[in-house]
Amino acid sequence: MSRLITRYNAAERINHWVVAICFILLAISGLALFYPAFFWLTGIFGTPQLARILHPFVGVLMVAGFARQFLRYWRHNLVNHEDIRWMLAVRQALVGDEVGDTGKYNGGQKGMFWVMTLCLLVMLMTGVIMWRPWFAGYFPIPLVRVALLCHAWAALILIASIIVHIYAAFWVKGTISAMVEGKVSPAWARKHHPAWYREVSEKADQS
Amino acid sequence: MALQSLDIRRRSASPTPAPLVRENVTEVAKLIDVASCTGCKACQVACSEWNDLRAEVGHNVGVYDNPADLSAQAWTVIRFNETTENGKLEWLIRKDGCMHCADPGCLKACPSPGAIIQYSNGIVDFQEENCIGCGYCIAGCPFNVPRLNPVDSKAYKCTLCSDRVAVGQEPACAKTCPTGAIHFGSKDEMRDLAAKRVAGLKQRGYANAGLYDPQGVGGTHVMYVLHHADQPRLYSNLPHEPQISPVVALWKGLLKPLSTVGIAAAGLFGFFHYITVGPNRAEEHEEADE
Repeated sequence: MSRLITRYNAAERINHWVVAICFILLAISGLALFYPAFFWLTGIFGTPQLARILHPFVGVLMVAGFARQFLRYWRHNLVNHEDIRWMLAVRQALVGDEVGDTGKYNGGQKGMFWVMTLCLLVMLMTGVIMWRPWFAGYFPIPLVRVALLCHAWAALILIASIIVHIYAAFWVKGTISAMVEGKVSPAWARKHHPAWYREVSEKADQS
Repeated sequence: MALQSLDIRRRSASPTPAPLVRENVTEVAKLIDVASCTGCKACQVACSEWNDLRAEVGHNVGVYDNPADLSAQAWTVIRFNETTENGKLEWLIRKDGCMHCADPGCLKACPSPGAIIQYSNGIVDFQEENCIGCGYCIAGCPFNVPRLNPVDSKAYKCTLCSDRVAVGQEPACAKTCPTGAIHFGSKDEMRDLAAKRVAGLKQRGYANAGLYDPQGVGGTHVMYVLHHADQPRLYSNLPHEPQISPVVALWKGLLKPLSTVGIAAAGLFGFFHYITVGPNRAEEHEEADE
């Protein structure tokens, strides 16, 4: 049986890549404003001023895109006891031995989902507070300072997390095509997401 | 500007040193003797004239303050406060504007290379052509001085008339002050002058008279002689012991190396994980299973 299984439909893939492109633009322009030595990366938006102007708008677009993803996937990311098992045995998972009867997402992916959600929530709120010239003037300066600190802090966590997210997709072969072509092999599903594999197989048999 | 650039001591968002060849540049200072100020606002007009600024004609907000606040078009404003000290009504008048800190919070916060510079003589100057309008300087400043211009989204503040000082003139406000409340000279001279004025005030019964040159920001290049140096807040909220906010210091200090380590760790983890553990493939298992 080598029939491929659909993991992400076209709408989901477009959604993912819109968010991903926003993230790349935001991370590059954000790092440029954080590290003086990388200020030249503001060139991603043409000029430093344009980077300052466009960064928050792209941020809002990313949050909107992620919000759509959140609505799609939050149910699949509720942490259960299998995920706790996965998280406790993360060392084993890291050498490629599967842990537990994993559903659509494993404990690591679920953790990533909630870290991303939390970071984006913090960055949205702090981003509005520090957004000039539109909103920052309405907030007291001490609050703007805290927002600047938390925005940078959340960005750091998000960037480090996304690096892990990208690496995990590269490491587990067959994952990138799940998000590019939308399909995975039955072997991939059976190995990495056995509970999800049974679920989709049952559905396929019924129809 | 090429020759002048040699006189720059610090430059925003620039990790390597500014040109430092001139070592013995005299630090300048403006001394504002609050006790001699009558609140005539000639300094506001002189500032507006010299710098070609025209604040919008405001309206009466119930006090003499006009304009009511600093803006991109008003780099100095006179602030009036009525208070009762020693059983007497006191009308405390203070010329507000950039303090030209030795350790400027605006410069520390600024992400744009060369948008804020500090000259060797102590003047802190915004270079608007490099300003990106993020307003970080506003968050960095302990005195709430920089203002974003709604027209061009760039930050402005008092330059201490760096253009006049560069050619040996005093700032426009000091030049025009009719009561001689605004003095300009080397920081040492201004300290000596302040000591005399403070002694005079003490003689007149102001036991807590003193010089406002807050050391929390490394001292300032605009200083005040205050009758109540122990209560600067009386002067329309002049900060008591100002310093760069610890939040700003954390953001511009510790967080940077921490982020570098965090991001590098994530990248290096991936690299070394791949070259040691290798790819995680499903295909072979399938054949083995079937």
